[in-house]
Formats: sequence, structure tokens, C-alpha cells
Amino acid sequence: MATLEIRDLHVSVDTENGPKEILRGVDLTIAGGQTHAIMGPNGSGKSTLAYSIAGHPKYNVTSGTVTLDGEDVLDMKVDERARAGLFLAMQYPVEVPGVTVSNFLRTAKTAIDGEAPKLRTWVKDVNKALADLDMDPDFGQRNVNEGFSGGEKKRHEIVQLELLDPKIAILDETDSGLDIDALKIVSTGVNRFAEKGDKGVLLITHYTRILRYITPDFVHVFVDGRVAEEGGPELAEELEANGYERFLKAGAK
Amino acid sequence: MSSSDTLVATGNKAHSHGPGSPVPLQARSERPTSYDVADFAVPNGREEEWRFTPVKQLKALFDDAAGSETPKIDTSGPEGVVFETVAADSLKVGKPQDRSAAIAWNHAGEALAVRIPVEAELTEAVHVNVASLGARGFSHLIVDAGRHSKAIVIIDHTGAGELGSNVEIVVGDGAELRVVSIQQGDNESIHLGQHDALVGRDAKLHHVVVTLGGKIVRIATNVRYAGPGGDAELLGVYFAESGQHHENRLFVDHEAVQCKSNVIYKGALAGDHARSVWIGDVLIRAAAEGTSTFELNRNLVLTDGARADSVPNLEIETGEIEGAGHASATGRFDDEQLFYLQARGIPEDAARRLVVSGFFNDIIGKIGVPEVTEHLHEVIEEKLARTAELSASAKAVTGQ
Repeated sequence: MATLEIRDLHVSVDTENGPKEILRGVDLTIAGGQTHAIMGPNGSGKSTLAYSIAGHPKYNVTSGTVTLDGEDVLDMKVDERARAGLFLAMQYPVEVPGVTVSNFLRTAKTAIDGEAPKLRTWVKDVNKALADLDMDPDFGQRNVNEGFSGGEKKRHEIVQLELLDPKIAILDETDSGLDIDALKIVSTGVNRFAEKGDKGVLLITHYTRILRYITPDFVHVFVDGRVAEEGGPELAEELEANGYERFLKAGAK
Repeated sequence: MSSSDTLVATGNKAHSHGPGSPVPLQARSERPTSYDVADFAVPNGREEEWRFTPVKQLKALFDDAAGSETPKIDTSGPEGVVFETVAADSLKVGKPQDRSAAIAWNHAGEALAVRIPVEAELTEAVHVNVASLGARGFSHLIVDAGRHSKAIVIIDHTGAGELGSNVEIVVGDGAELRVVSIQQGDNESIHLGQHDALVGRDAKLHHVVVTLGGKIVRIATNVRYAGPGGDAELLGVYFAESGQHHENRLFVDHEAVQCKSNVIYKGALAGDHARSVWIGDVLIRAAAEGTSTFELNRNLVLTDGARADSVPNLEIETGEIEGAGHASATGRFDDEQLFYLQARGIPEDAARRLVVSGFFNDIIGKIGVPEVTEHLHEVIEEKLARTAELSASAKAVTGQ
């Protein structure tokens, strides 16, 4: 069973005034078959957690461990983490001029699987994944994220999620900037992935809206660089009603 | 990962957008041209046309004396093309615009003319290989495409010496000519070249400058139109590595009506003291109504210690035009692109290659000569492999 374990994770970034600690001891275990939601106010460190797990060079892990099925993730390069089975759907997907979506997807799939996908089934798979996310097949010939609308970029992230088929998916504010139709399409894609079985999902969000379409097994409230409270889906409902105020007061003391 | 010792300079802070602009100090059309070397003083590096160039290393090509070698020229081509030796001043479409071009003009001796007969449509490319043997030499080529002809001419510059060259191009009325000039001399080679093209009525010129090697390579390309309806597409690709200076200077002189020009130059730079210079001058004269022109220069700086200068300049003397514009941008290799691709499982080297080939993709696609584009892909791969070694050893030194 796929398991991502985060233990006492401390992460800092370099600023003009020296290193600044953003994550202050995060503990989290995501097992296959589980969907976790991390919710929290702006600046609480949610995205830092996502990018630290993926290995973005901007973030320095100062202590703690992250393992995937017992393997030390922090010791792996960014691409090795992806090949080990981690996937990060980014809040701001990056444009890569001159590289077509189709070339990008094939190159990534080949890297993840260690061999080139069979041409016939692959073309079919790509077209299906695009159609499932309500994207025109023409997207294959467009350059990666170039000229995509915000919603198209997010849907393109979920296309990649479905095609690359990782063990653990981390979705960093995939819901932000989506209208309700796009939100439903994206949520359906995430659910389709989660229902494959033994897939872990870590859903990072500021809003409760997406949780109407993706039901989490666990909800973690993230405040000031650590998990302040944990619970089931009912915790999200409480946040919907009362917001983050009670946690911010607690964090300020 | 940012570094302070990389200079990314775009020299276009002040540039002309038409009448009334404060710059340029001297209109492009007023710059002197002459067949007489004595009309050009030895450059000291402060002149507008030499200020980006390492003139101290060019003494040999500023010396008004006969060459110490004759570059070896080999030609091949399909049936129909005619090669002949002619007097240097038999065409005079080109006129030297600086000292090195004037010296090359006077000391190259006779010119080699490549003639595409009237209405001939050549099925294969014409090749002219100019090999510099290691000393100081000069060459003079004429490419003369007859009315309604169609041809591809590839001029390949190789070798180790110091070369001064002139290329004169005539595209006859209704003809379509593709000229590719490749500069891939040895590491210590120096090449100063001038191309002058005259585009006929309703003719189309595709002119491509590909610079892949040489210590100092400076190619000046000038385009004029002999009649209305002419179309010039001017493309350039360069990749300067440590210690290399790749310079391209363009001047498109629109005087005839209803003519088009489209300039796209893209370059990558990697390594200490890798240097590129791009100057793009476009002049739309008062008579040139219906002109459509665009010029674009993009530079991708792959490592610390490289520098790209880019100066587009547009002078417009009539408002009755279809369109005119320019764009210039120089950027560092984007680490966020690298992260994004790596986060999808693609190893760093492959990700870097993907980004750089993506950068060049559109322009390479426009070159339209398969043997050239394949060669370009190969050389870019080799250069990126060297760049990867360079970054790996730099990381090892700094302990990153």
C-alpha cells in the first residue's frame, strides 16, 4: 500500500533578512485509498508543504523526514520523486514555449515508465484524458500552458495526473480561479484518479467549495506552518460556517 | 540561483518609434559606404558600428594588405546552376559599409558567381563551401537568381583562419531564393562578413544566418528592394559558447512600395564571456507606402557570465504603411520551467534540452531546408551536452 509519511518537517526559505522558517514541524501520513484536505488561511505554509515535498530548490528542509513507502524522498532529485510516484498539480502551471503538449506528455510518460508508451494506445489515452477534462484534442499541438486560460491550465494538470498515474497526488489550490463548471470537471477527474484504488490524494485548498465535489477522509487545518487541528469532513463544514478566525486567534497567542 | 555577474543587457532603452524621436544620433541611411578602404579609418571601438565588437582582436582584418592565403572554395549543385568567376565589380549590388568589408572587397580578387538561370527551378540545394585554411584570406560571392527562378543556396564557412567576406545577392523579379549562410569555423577562427541583397519585383528572399562556431563572427546583412511586392524573410540562429562573440547586424531599407520584411533572430549563450550582439535597423522611406515590417530578437542566457546585447531600431518616414513593429527580449534560462518538467519525471538534462529546443523550435521550423535543420539540431545537442558539463562542474565547485 502506498504511504507518504511526513515527520516533524521544518522548512525555511532564504530572504533578504536571512532564512525564514515557514514549516514548523509538520506531521502527516497519507495512505493509499485516502483523500486528505489541508485547509488554512493565506500564508500558513500550505503551498510550501506541497513544493517542499516535490523538491522545489527554493525551499530548504532544515529537519524532519519525508518518506514514500519507506524510501527517503528528501534524498531524491525532483525528477526522481516524480518517478517514485509523487505528483504535484501546481497552482501556477509554468509555460514552456515551443514544446507541444503532446511531446511533453509523451516525454514525461516515457520518463515515468522507463519506456516509451505504445503509440496506438497512447494516442487513444491522451485523447480520452483530454476529452474527460473537456479539452479539445487540438491542445496536443499547442505549446505547454502557453496562451492557456487559468481554467485550461488547471485542467491540463489533471490530464497529466490521469496519464502519469502516480501513487500520491498533491493538488495545490487546483480549485482557485475555476468557475463552477470547470471545478466540477476537475473534481470529477480527481475522483476518477482516487477511485483507481491505492491512490493517495492531498488536496490543498483555501476554500471549502471543492470539498462539495471531492469528499475528504481527513481534514487538517494548517496554521502558522503546522497542523493546528485534524478531523473528518465535519471540520470542513465548521470552517465553511465560521472561517479561520478561531485558529488565527489561537496561532497569535 | 540568480547571479550578479551575468549581464543581461538590452540596449534598446532609447529607440526610435518614428519622426520626432530623439535617437538615433545618425540616421541609418546616412552611414557612409564606399569601395575605397581609405574612406574608413581603423576602428577604435568607439564608433557606433563597432562599439559592441572586440576590435583589438581584429587588427589583421583591418590591415589594408593582400591576404596570406586564398580560402578553398568548393561548389556543387544540380543541373542548371552555373558557377563562374567574374570581376569583383561586375555587379555592385553590395557596397562595403565598414573597413573590413572594403578590405575584403579589394583583396578578394575576382568573385565567384552562382547563377540560377531565368525560370529554372532547382530540385536540390546548391552548395558553396568556403574553407579558411588557417591564415588571413578574403572571399567574394555573388548569388544571382534569374527572373522567376527558384533555388536554395547553402554557403558553409569552415576552417581556422581569419576571413573577410562579401556576399552579393540578387533575387530576380518573381523569383524565390533561399540563401543559408552557415558560420562554423574552428574555435580560434575570425569571420567578418557583409551580405547585400536586392529583392526584385514580387520576388521572395529567405535569408538565413546560422552561426555555430568561431571566436568572433560578425555578419552584416543589408536588404533593399528593386521594385514593389518584394518580400524578405531574414532569419538567424546563433549559439555562443565560452569566449565566443557572435554578432549580427541587419539593415532593411524600404524604399519601394508594398514590400514586406520579417526579421527573426534567436540565440542562446552559454559559458564565461559568451557574447552576442544583435542590431536590427529598419528604415521605411517616405516613398515606401504599404510597407509591412516586423523584427524580433530573442536571447536565452543559459549560464552565468554570458552577455547578450540587442538593439532594434525602426525609422519611419511615412505613415502610409501596413504595419511596423519590433520586439526584443533577453532572458535567463527559467528554472521554473526546469522544475515543472522535472516534477513530471523528466531528468534535468533532458528537461534542459526540451526547453532550449522549444526556444529554437519555431525559427528552425521556418528555415525550410531539412539538411540545415537536422545539422542545427545535432549541433545544439552537442552544445547543450557541453553546457550541462559546465553547470555540473560549476555546482561541484560552489558545493550547491
